[in-house]
Order: sequence, then structure tokens, then C-alpha cells
Amino acid sequence: MSPAQSGSAPEPVSVTLSVNGQTHTLSLEPSVTLLDLLRERLHLTGSKKGCDQGQCGACTVLVDGRRVNSCLQLAVMKDGAEITTIEGLGTPDRLHPMQAAFIAHDAFQCGYCTPGQICSAVGMLGEGHAHGPEEIRELMSGNLCRCGAYTNIVDAIEDARRGREAPTLGTPSLEAAE
Amino acid sequence: MINFGYTRAATIGEAIQAVAGDPQARFIAGGTNLVDLMKYGVERPGRLVDITRLPLKHMEDTPGGGLKIGALVPNSDLAYDARVERDYPLLSSAILAGASAQLRNAATTGGNLLQRTRCYYFYDAAAPCNKREPGSGCSAIGGVTRVHAILGASSSCIATHPSDMCVALAALGATVHVEGPDGARTVAFEDFHRLPGDAPEKDNTLAHGEMVTAIELPAPRFGSNHSYLKLRDRLSYAFALVSVAAAVELDGDRIAEARVALGGVAHKPWRVPEAEALLKGETPSPDAFGKAADRLLEGAVGQGENDFKIELARRAVIRALSQAAAGTPQVQSNKIVN
Repeated sequence: MSPAQSGSAPEPVSVTLSVNGQTHTLSLEPSVTLLDLLRERLHLTGSKKGCDQGQCGACTVLVDGRRVNSCLQLAVMKDGAEITTIEGLGTPDRLHPMQAAFIAHDAFQCGYCTPGQICSAVGMLGEGHAHGPEEIRELMSGNLCRCGAYTNIVDAIEDARRGREAPTLGTPSLEAAE
Repeated sequence: MINFGYTRAATIGEAIQAVAGDPQARFIAGGTNLVDLMKYGVERPGRLVDITRLPLKHMEDTPGGGLKIGALVPNSDLAYDARVERDYPLLSSAILAGASAQLRNAATTGGNLLQRTRCYYFYDAAAPCNKREPGSGCSAIGGVTRVHAILGASSSCIATHPSDMCVALAALGATVHVEGPDGARTVAFEDFHRLPGDAPEKDNTLAHGEMVTAIELPAPRFGSNHSYLKLRDRLSYAFALVSVAAAVELDGDRIAEARVALGGVAHKPWRVPEAEALLKGETPSPDAFGKAADRLLEGAVGQGENDFKIELARRAVIRALSQAAAGTPQVQSNKIVN
């Protein structure tokens, strides 16, 4: 059993995890969330703290390929995990197809929810249960946009989804960029 | 968030021992509800025992033709499992009616049973609440009661159980497998959660140190004659005001057996066998379904603001049973109710 025995003062826990392909070994208090680790310790501020309660989706990242709310994940529990944040999806020179689609469709105003929207959308297409705008709306309901850019967000994701299913149409496949 | 100790358990026995021996210790798996409550200061465990490495992530067929689901199977994996989609579509539908995709990816089968009420006053650490602080009083009674119970409430607590998945499990007659310091046992689903009575701090019948290890479903029935109908204040990602899990087995044009469970109306999924028995041998009709709904809702009492739930529940039961009998289950992406 690891680490501290019951009754003693909480002590830091050693954690090794990969973030955007880079391995980090850290000593963390058990109360540090994955979101706070990313933003405060690793200075990856793309993932946003909106509600900090799992309601807004601005903190969405991919953990072992699955989209989750990083604000509700304790970092010490993610030992051995592979985390992908918005910083790991594309680069300014070579955008992820979902990032390109959001720009092409003007799918944001202030941009605060956008990293979470894009990570969530990439995770959703990987899940394979969204087959059109109606299902995209339902399966993206965990990501709120205070500016109300929903119509364009759905258009962008639908475009990326079609590009992924028919990559010969000109959009590079999502797998190719991942 | 308060600080706390952390233990990563390698075996089930180790995890149980770590919690059973420490009154302030709690199990943690998906954490989607517990971490949230810890941020609010509602839950203040001294130690979290991480059970996510335990071998409880599998689903297996049972000798009786049913399905045993490991407690750590994520809600999304369960909902989209090919066997569940084919044999227990009511369960799949109910899971997909709840939370968001991100939360379903993180939340586990066992944790779904153990999530706590979303009563506003339970979440507000400054308000008296018998569930959070036994003996402090109930702020909901006489307060804002839109989401509160109409059945089985007490003068101590009018909170509701928030799960959608559990409403389907109640209707399907699931069994809960539990392991604790005194060994393993099974609990019928209707006996797992409890009514508040004068001890609303206890959501369920688990003892401290006992862990849910699996949920077992009986052999599949009902075919396509089922529906999970969830009514809420927005179209997605909201807790139920009223939800209905309905399933019927038809023998020709008559009902051989019916199951109806309600969510969002009580401290536990609400099921009344006598109401289901009224449908036996009946031809599906709004009249027959209405009589069953009346029996199911017998004794319902509103708190003023949530009085509407009684009629809403009655109509939802009739609609869900009609959908089930017609073999046209409610779709969870297109929310148009037919």
C-alpha cells in the first residue's frame, strides 16, 4: 500500500505522467487537480478554469484518449496516464483539422471555451457516436459557450467529422495530425 | 479544497482494510461527484483510497444468462457496450440521458449508485441540512423545492436521488455485489438505496468500508418494448425533474409483465410492484397506464413549488409506457417526445 499510513499528515505523492508526449515526474499534494497541475505547475494555460465544478467543459482534456473534465480529476490518480491538451493537438504552423475547422467557421467569439470545445470535439469523434449535427449537439452538451457560438461550433465539428470520414475531400484526417 | 491523505490500493482487500480502519477514509474512483463535493466543503474526507487500479473493469456473462458489470466500468463504456445495447437497451438509454460525455467517460458504474443528491441546500455548506450535518435541520422544507421529492420524503429530508442509470437498474431488477471487512454479500437493487426517514445522512445500506464490486443484471427481457423518458429544465445535461424507466413484455396484444420506475421524485428510484401488477393481462391503453400511474404515485405530496411534479409524473408514466408498448423508445439525442 502506498504511500502514507492512515492518520499521519497528508504528504506529497510522486506521480509520473505524460503531457503532450513529454514525461513529467512530480511530487504533488493529493488535493491538486489535473487542471491546476497543467496550468500552475506545467504552465500549460490553454486548458481553462471556467466553473471548476465539471459543469462548463472549459477544462476538457484527453486522458489516455478520452475526454474528461480535468478540474474533477485528482492529478495523483493519473500516475502513468497520457494527457493531451489543446497545446498538444496542433501547432500554429500545422493546425489540427479541428482547430482549422473552428477558424474556418468562426466558431468562437471570446475564445475562452474554445480549447475545451476543441478537445471535447476531438474526443467525441474518436468515440464514434456522433453521426450528424443532432448527435453532435447532444454529445457536446458538456461544453458551454457563454458567447453563444453554438451554431458555428456545430458546423465546424460537422465539417471536421465529414473531412475525417472522407479525407480525400481535402481535409487531412484527424489521425494524421494526432 | 482541504488536504487529505492518499492511498493507492493494489488489491480489493487492501482497499477495504484501508477504509474500514479509518472512519475519515473514503473510496475514490471516477471522483466526478466526490471531488466536486470536496471543493464545496460538503465532503471532508481525511483520506482517499484510490480504487481505480483494482480488477473491477470487466463485464462477464453469468450462468443464468445475465450480465455482471464490474464496478469500475465507466458509464460510457457500459452505455455503448454491444451486449448492453442489444440486451439491455433501457440501461444504455438511461445512462446516455444523464450527465455529459466527459462525465460519463470518468464516472464509474459503482460510483453512479453512490452519487449524492443535488439538493441546493445540501451543496450550500452554510445552510442547515440534515443530510450533511445530522440534526441541523432541513432548509429545503419551506425553501426552493423545484427539484425535490414528492414521494417517500420525511420531515428530516426531501432530497431526491439524482441518478438516471439507477432508475433503469431498478426497473430491470438488478443485484448489487458488495464486499466489506466481513466478506461479500449481494443486495437486491430496491434494498440498496434507502428512504431518508430520520437518518437522511445515510443514502444507502452500505456499511463503512463496504465497496460495490459489481452490478448484476438478470437474463434480458422486454426486447424493444422499453423507454427511458427524462423530463428536465433544459434539453440536455440537467438532472431530471421526473424520469421514467418503463418496460413491458407482451403476450399477443396483452401485457404479460410491466416494469415502471421513477427518477427525480424520491430519495431512491421509485418502484411499486402493485402498480406493475395492475397492468398484467391488460391491453396497452392510456386508461390502463393511467391506473398504474395513479397507484405508483399513491401518497405523493408536493412541497408547494414542486406540486407540478405529481401531474407531470403521471403523464410521463403514461407516455413512457405507451412508448414501451409500441416498441418506440424515447431517443436521447432527438428530444422530441412522441
